[in-house]
Amino acid sequence: MNSRLGWRKFVNAFMLTLTGLCALLSVSVLLIVLGYLGWNGWQYLTWTFLTHLPAPVGESGGGMANAIVGSAKLLLVAAVTGIPTGLLGGIYLAEFGGRTFAFLVRYSADLLNGVPSIVMGIFAYTVVVLPMHHFSALAGGLALGVMLIPVVLRSTEDFLRAVPNPLREGALALGASKWKAIATIVIPASIRAIATGALLGLARVAGETAPLLFTSFNNQFWSHGLNQPTASLPVMIYQYAISPYADWHRQAWAAGFILLMLVLIANIGARLILSRKSPAPRG
Amino acid sequence: MKMKLKGTITALAVTLALVGILAACSQENSGPSSSGTVTLNAAGATFPYPIYSKWFSEYQKLHPNVAINYQSIGSGGGIRQLHAGTVDFGASDMPVKDDMLQQMNLHVVQFPTVLGAVVPSYNLPGIDEPLKFTPAALAGIYLGKITKWNAPEIQKNNPGVKLPAKDITVVHRSDGSGTTFVWTDYLSKVSPEWKSKVGSNTSIQWPVGLGGKGNEGVAGIVKQTPYSIGYVELIYALQNKMPYGLVQNASGNFVKASLETAEDAAAGAASEMTNDVRVSITNPPGKNAYPICSFTYLLIPVQIPDATKRDAIKDFLHWMLTDGQGMVESLDYAQLPDAVKRIDVEHISLIS
Amino acid sequence: MSTIPVSTEAQIPPRLLAPRGGLSSFLQRLRSGDEIAHLITLAFAAATVLITVLLVYELWIHSALPRQRFGWRFLVTSTWDPVFENFGALPFIFGTLVTSAVSLVLALPLGVGAAIFLAELAPPRVSQRLAFVIELLAAVPSVILGLLGIFLLVPFLRSEVEPFLKATLGFLPLFQGQIYGIGLLAASVILTIMIIPFIISISREVLLAVPVDQREAALALGATRWEATWRVVVPYAKTGIYGSIFLALARALGETMAVTMVIGNDPRISSSLFAPGYTIAAVIANEFTEATGNLYLQSLVELGLVLFLVTIIINAVARVLIVVTTRRGTGRP
Repeated sequence: MNSRLGWRKFVNAFMLTLTGLCALLSVSVLLIVLGYLGWNGWQYLTWTFLTHLPAPVGESGGGMANAIVGSAKLLLVAAVTGIPTGLLGGIYLAEFGGRTFAFLVRYSADLLNGVPSIVMGIFAYTVVVLPMHHFSALAGGLALGVMLIPVVLRSTEDFLRAVPNPLREGALALGASKWKAIATIVIPASIRAIATGALLGLARVAGETAPLLFTSFNNQFWSHGLNQPTASLPVMIYQYAISPYADWHRQAWAAGFILLMLVLIANIGARLILSRKSPAPRG
Repeated sequence: MKMKLKGTITALAVTLALVGILAACSQENSGPSSSGTVTLNAAGATFPYPIYSKWFSEYQKLHPNVAINYQSIGSGGGIRQLHAGTVDFGASDMPVKDDMLQQMNLHVVQFPTVLGAVVPSYNLPGIDEPLKFTPAALAGIYLGKITKWNAPEIQKNNPGVKLPAKDITVVHRSDGSGTTFVWTDYLSKVSPEWKSKVGSNTSIQWPVGLGGKGNEGVAGIVKQTPYSIGYVELIYALQNKMPYGLVQNASGNFVKASLETAEDAAAGAASEMTNDVRVSITNPPGKNAYPICSFTYLLIPVQIPDATKRDAIKDFLHWMLTDGQGMVESLDYAQLPDAVKRIDVEHISLIS
Repeated sequence: MSTIPVSTEAQIPPRLLAPRGGLSSFLQRLRSGDEIAHLITLAFAAATVLITVLLVYELWIHSALPRQRFGWRFLVTSTWDPVFENFGALPFIFGTLVTSAVSLVLALPLGVGAAIFLAELAPPRVSQRLAFVIELLAAVPSVILGLLGIFLLVPFLRSEVEPFLKATLGFLPLFQGQIYGIGLLAASVILTIMIIPFIISISREVLLAVPVDQREAALALGATRWEATWRVVVPYAKTGIYGSIFLALARALGETMAVTMVIGNDPRISSSLFAPGYTIAAVIANEFTEATGNLYLQSLVELGLVLFLVTIIINAVARVLIVVTTRRGTGRP
């Protein structure tokens, strides 16, 4: 009996240590990613990189200024199209929704969320690029915006539902109409959480490359307005990483570093804010 | 009170960010009047990408309001996007034949722009001297029949080199490529087995190997992978200091790709070139000719409704055939033979 | 959840007492702005549904040619020949399934092991912090992992891992053949890195949701910590863990960039993990802009449609499994 117990104790210690190793390994992967990218990316993050346009192939002295601005432009279009749709749709689901239609909306949002990003690129190509007969920042931004909708919709609905009902009913009891109660009491109570949900969504689409490959395409120069193809950080990283040029590799590291830092800061910031839930505003 | 302050600060931050982005956007539009800015979008072959990117960059310095955005997505891509109407003009190493023109409803003028060479570039750690390849060796490697570097077909032509007994990693194009067309056109001419089994086109069923995207992708894989071989345009091998082999030409000489040997290859074809500039110059007879060369073509639509775009393109073409040609040799492409330049200049007037 | 005592009717504003229905009350609600708010939010919610419908529609009509021409044979043909316009999806389905399956095989033990550690062993605050860090891994963009794949993972696989596997397990067809570094194994490892955070975070949550009495009952009967976890808690949560597997699978199937950068882009079906391959997402990304000819382009769209349908089904299964477990765990009906 004792040896059986000894064996069980051994297995216990062994397996529990093993799980600890698994956790350690999983954590260390992220640390390796951060470390390697940080080391390589930081040293190649030069002023030239940030302010110059790409140089002709094989020449040094190029940069990704147009890609940085291009990515910002794409995110702006995505935010303008995706956030209001998701926000208002989420308000509908939380405050007004009937049963079947609300189910349909939620199901659609889940569907959209699961669409592979390359398929989203196909969608934007058929709906925007083909009719317009050219690649454009608009097409790319819309592809990203559609990816943003389900994220914002779900988080808005969840955070609005989390607002305690007494708040709503108090407003109604004081004579406010339903929409006024929502606009002045319910939304402000959850606005921080909703905003961070939107921020997380933006961080996710900021790194997406596949939807941009045949919508916003790429551009060696500045792209003017929304109707032209535009360079973007993820597409440039991809193009430069698979090339043989050492200078392009360095730029890819630097661009990857910028992208990763932005994404991580947004994620960490958003989650920190969410974990410190604000108390209900005192009247 | 605290919430109000936080809210105000957040709103302020967001507004500032938006202002910053809008300012950046408008900065792009400022400078020479944006109403006069002409942006042309083009896409296509990766073969001439280094010289095209140089040309378009230099041209933009001379004409700051004309930006020609060229994306190297492969010859297949150039043809496709031209057909879809998403680019203003395309580029392809493979001249587009009449049946494809008809099938895709394309009405284009095909302009040869430069002369380039496709070289077998390889990655053999520790081996410095350039290797010599016979047509049989290259065909055998790409058919998957020659699998080791020290195979007799390769070793016997390189007696002074100790080739390793390692597997050959073959690299080819994963995208629709004019460079592939040139390479397989050559292999089809020198190897009946290749011609019957695989054939020649921009996109084929490769017997073996890894696929890289664009000339850049193939060069990238070869550079990173020891004991690999891939076919790339000469400048990609030179710019990245990658060794490339000599190829035995139709006269039996092992020739290294260069300006002179490329010009030799084109010499015969150029003198016979008529109005139809779509020729293949692989495996030509010349003594010193490099056997795997090709012209590369810009595909310009015959009808360009937008007047500013049309004028810009025509002006660029004139510049390309005069000043532009002077820049090609610094990137190890060969200038067009004079006969071809003349035909090109005539063809510019076809664009209306 | 309503706890406000409603006293007499007289204290409630008349608006709330107005009988629903009837034109006058409609106009009243319209004036008060509620109806407009309702309509506006309804419109945007409907927009979400419409966009989804449009997406499916576009995928369907833009894949009409190959569906007519090839029918179901498309899914089982293994040639992909743009020259002779003969397209078959089998190599890409194979590559997608193999890389996803191998990544699951690698990620599952690691992920569940880590989740067990976080849920059962680690003190709550450590568990939360570590879970947070691991979830950050899910936020790393695919193209950046691809970048690291090319310069860090592939050389490592080529010089250390694959020769080792070939030497030790080379009797299996899985580990035979030429070693490139790039190939199905590299793609699978990258996918493992991408899906591990999903498996860990969901498994951790479902494990935490298992009622405490289950654990304590096992311990009271004399089980060791490990035995209580492995024989009681994990089986209780296994539906949720299966759910996390499906969710991770859905993610792995759709991954594009990191995969195309390290898989070798060769539409070939081979028995070795060292060989290059191709996935549905990777071939669409590489060939979409150059698909000359409508049949070619639409065949790529049909591939996208196939991927879309498979991902939907797997996502749906995942959600059902996860919802069932968390509900059961917390005792909610």
